[in-house]
Amino acid sequence: MAKVAYYPGCALEGSGGPYDRSTRALVDELGLEMHDLNDWNCCGAMEVKNVHPMLQTYMSARNLAIASEKMGFDTVMAPCNGCYHNLKKAEYECATSAETMQTVQDLAHKADDPVYKGDVRTVHLLEWLMEELGPEGIKARLKNSLRGVKIANYYGCMYTRPRQIFPEKDQGPGSESSYKPHFMDDLLAAAGAVNVDYPLKTACCGGAHTLSDSDTSTQLVLNLLQAAEDCGAEVIATECPTCHSGLEMHQVRAETKFGIKTKVKVLYFTQLLGLALGLSARKVAIHENVSDSLDLLAEKGII
Amino acid sequence: MPIHEKSLIDPKQVLTAEKLVVEGIDVSGHWNTMILPRTVADYDPEFARTIGALPGGENVHRCWQCGSCTNSCTMYAINTDFNPRYWIYCTNLGLQSEIVKDKDIIWQCVSCNKCTSICPKDVRPEGVMKALAHWLEMEGHTPKSNSSVFDEEFTRQCIERGRIEDTEVMFNFFRKTGVDIVELVKKGWLGIFMARMGNLGLLREGRIGKFLARLPIVGPLKMGWMMLFKPRTRGWAKTGAVLQAYLKEQKHG
Repeated sequence: MAKVAYYPGCALEGSGGPYDRSTRALVDELGLEMHDLNDWNCCGAMEVKNVHPMLQTYMSARNLAIASEKMGFDTVMAPCNGCYHNLKKAEYECATSAETMQTVQDLAHKADDPVYKGDVRTVHLLEWLMEELGPEGIKARLKNSLRGVKIANYYGCMYTRPRQIFPEKDQGPGSESSYKPHFMDDLLAAAGAVNVDYPLKTACCGGAHTLSDSDTSTQLVLNLLQAAEDCGAEVIATECPTCHSGLEMHQVRAETKFGIKTKVKVLYFTQLLGLALGLSARKVAIHENVSDSLDLLAEKGII
Repeated sequence: MPIHEKSLIDPKQVLTAEKLVVEGIDVSGHWNTMILPRTVADYDPEFARTIGALPGGENVHRCWQCGSCTNSCTMYAINTDFNPRYWIYCTNLGLQSEIVKDKDIIWQCVSCNKCTSICPKDVRPEGVMKALAHWLEMEGHTPKSNSSVFDEEFTRQCIERGRIEDTEVMFNFFRKTGVDIVELVKKGWLGIFMARMGNLGLLREGRIGKFLARLPIVGPLKMGWMMLFKPRTRGWAKTGAVLQAYLKEQKHG
């Protein structure tokens, strides 16, 4: 089995804490091996590129360089869509522009940082689980089941767009699709969930302006929540801390500010998979979500 | 310069005769609408180059106006005035005044990248939106948008420590944009959001057992620790200084 360097990123260290804890518990339970990336820095998220894109490219590339030069790894695994996107983007920018690669390397030399050479790849947690185990591997390790809970799988923007920076996607059977992603669906179905046909899998939650243009974000999140309910979903499964917090925050905001109530629950896919593998709700930090799903999970007999 | 954009037509240029008979056929009303040509003389032939020189705007000249960006746009679905295809058209024609008309909404682009993903010419419209918003601020057409305040606070923390701390980003953003945090916690959604994080509602309803079962421990402790001792990347000082110097050099040539 391939070892990967785990890049949690800032969100998982803070507001996305439950995603970090459930990822670690899940990986441990599955017997996979990952090591925390040494001295990692922020990838630049959605903000730094607006001040200057090179700052973001450099900050992302620095993390990749640490994995290869300091740790001898060829794969960095990021569960956060924002981190995953930025690291992939840095790979793409450096691979397609000699000038960008040169600037990144010059900055690294000046800062006495490890130098990025293009020999590291980034994978999302979903991709890593699909590579290592796939739905069959999950099935073989089940100790519990999601017992037919109806799930809308929500992937958000940064996991698939722009498609140019994800050359390994859309490569036919077995690969991920950028138009209709399915890795999360596949894994959760293997764990006993029923996936509803959800047309807004890759719609936007307005995460980039979740605070600076809150009304727009609330509207975009309401689209997601209401569409999920209309499709019959009881749970929206997420795989990005920004989407997850945005859904939770604007679900509350829609209710308090606009009086629009929705009852669909929001859970990280790692929490759902963890439960199916027999981990306790506390172990996968479900009680730390704002969206309170414990009653639903108990009612379904999952916990 | 030919003008075929509806929004470029001045209502005064639209002529409709009440009564009009042409060669014995009555074409009164809608059928005889005429649009007088308008000549735009104050366009800036360098404008596409100006936007092209800003981060994100590099490929604006490549556009062939297929409209895929607007068609796929998240914001267009909410507000049809949000029209990236049109703004790219205006940029390439140098019609600055048309861009200025939409100054209050251009910054709202949510960076969902649907446009950049679908664009057949690799214009990267998402970047163009950022470049236009940047230009509007640079030229003083718009005050610094909330989005820019957020970006700057975020970048400041990154350069200083290598990592951000999300509650600090949030509270500094609220402070800088004049949001009354105390009020938002006391009466607004933020208070309810925070209360739900600790499931305090259950306590008010007297369901102490259920409250204890749902009491988060590790998360708040870790977040509190982060708020007191800001997360930082070991050995970042030199990297931060190099990036700061690079930024300065790029800004001032």
